[in-house]
Amino acid sequence: MTDETYVQKPKTLAELRAEIAAGTTSAADLAASYYDRIAALNPRLNVYLSLTKERALAQAERVDALAAKGDPLPPLAGIPVGIKDVLVMRGAPATAGSKILEGYRPPYDATVVEKLEAAGAVLLGKLNCDEFAMGSSNENSAYGPVRNPVDIERVPGGSSGGSAAAVAANLAVATLGTDTGGSIRQPASFCGVVGVLPTYGRVSRYGLIAFASSLDRVGPFAGNVRDAATLLAVIAGSDPKDATSSKAPVADYAAESDRPVEGLRIGVPAEYFGKGLDPEVRAAVEKGIKALKAAGCSVKPVNLPLTKYAIPVYYLVATAEASANLARFDGVRYGHRSAASGNLNAMYSNSRDEGFGAEVKRRIMLGTYALSAGYYDAYYLKAQQVRRLLAEEFLRAFADVDAVVTPTAPTAAFKLGEKTGDPLAMYLADIYTVTASLAGICGVTVPCGATAAGLPVGMQILAAHLNEGTAFRVARAVEAAQIQE
Amino acid sequence: MSERVTVDEVERVAELAHLELTPEESGHMLHDLNAILDYVAELNELDTRGVVPLAQVSELFSAAGDGELRADALRPSLDRATVLNEAPETDGAFFKVPKVIERQ
Repeated sequence: MTDETYVQKPKTLAELRAEIAAGTTSAADLAASYYDRIAALNPRLNVYLSLTKERALAQAERVDALAAKGDPLPPLAGIPVGIKDVLVMRGAPATAGSKILEGYRPPYDATVVEKLEAAGAVLLGKLNCDEFAMGSSNENSAYGPVRNPVDIERVPGGSSGGSAAAVAANLAVATLGTDTGGSIRQPASFCGVVGVLPTYGRVSRYGLIAFASSLDRVGPFAGNVRDAATLLAVIAGSDPKDATSSKAPVADYAAESDRPVEGLRIGVPAEYFGKGLDPEVRAAVEKGIKALKAAGCSVKPVNLPLTKYAIPVYYLVATAEASANLARFDGVRYGHRSAASGNLNAMYSNSRDEGFGAEVKRRIMLGTYALSAGYYDAYYLKAQQVRRLLAEEFLRAFADVDAVVTPTAPTAAFKLGEKTGDPLAMYLADIYTVTASLAGICGVTVPCGATAAGLPVGMQILAAHLNEGTAFRVARAVEAAQIQE
Repeated sequence: MSERVTVDEVERVAELAHLELTPEESGHMLHDLNAILDYVAELNELDTRGVVPLAQVSELFSAAGDGELRADALRPSLDRATVLNEAPETDGAFFKVPKVIERQ
């Protein structure tokens, strides 16, 4: 059953900019109206963990002063944006959904936070997520799960559940999330919004609390494809503070998304349409593919036979890296320290035991095991070898097609509690998203229909490294067909 | 399900990871690790002899200038007082921790 009281489509960036420029609304009034809506709905949806009101209102006043002078407005002038709580804002809480960081106030801003504010965005607050971005349902947050605005008995997806739900419920016009194995795309699909996985290195990760460094990416959520493209252009680019950021020039992704798709070659991999795919999800995605054909794309099958090995590779690589990244939470420099510890080793163990939740401990254990003497070659090295084969398989496919389209997730949003008892079943929610994570390629998920119960279905559009423009173009065509219906 | 991991190994790995597990948590962990390792064992179906491990994807698509090192120049970092302010315990100049070595 869908719940119309929570779902609301945000206005577009173009509409809001025009209103602010014309003076029919102000950035300050807009921010105030969003805080009112958050106050009304957040107790039920649990989307925001903390608000950054003072900073947001000061930024809104700066934008309004520019507008009053008639100065040209930056691309996100006055736009209310929410930030996933794994990205830091100076002086604001940054919990990463974990008890271990309760009370922590980072003394600096993430590069993406600086870039959004330089572009005029008004940052409303920090969004709920699975603990350290580990999860596919948002049920691993130490601060309680986010509810899906479409149906509050269902999960919003994860780990960026708050980021997806905020846009779906119009508690922000756009948001930032992070994606390590599907954490932007799967919740965007579950909540019926647009989510972007940029190419690895396309967006700076300075100020991101790391989960798995060879996989982690920062990307936007928005209510429509063009606005998501505008957001990406603002946050993308090389950053001297992140050595893994790419120096490749940043395209005008919104303009790229305006280009017609006629003549584009679309690949459809049979491996993503097999056992385990919900028939209603399949039907919606197939309708989206038909729309691409009608728009002049050529559609052909592509082979990605290694897809079935992606989840095992992902869970070995990601947990190994997580076990190293999360070693820094030791009760010494920041975050939680256990009170009852007579010596240093006990202090480490007690602090981590009290601070981490069950899934985080499970992944640290698996990663530590896979990296430990005697098992390194059999698990971690083997996974990295298969990772290369998986990446090469995508590179071969992109020699023949411009984009690959798949379902974003095998099902629509599932019920709260449905999969919490079985970690493997939960991991399989990422089966269609982890491949692009491992290969480093980019993608966009766009709503392409709904189940009979009204639950949104997303189509994943994957493109080669640094080819975000193509993914946005194809997503626009799918979106246009939805609007025409 | 084959038993790849033993209780002793769970305890050893927990020690390496600085995690303190209750006996109940250890039991769950043993079950979950074995289930997951059983599942990932399907990677052994693939012959990967001679395949160079891929640790980082940037090599697949480098743009001009990627991989160049920045100038090795001094730049200001975060202020000490600001950083220490976030620590559970300090003496104003350093982080403080409980005893590292017990005197016998």
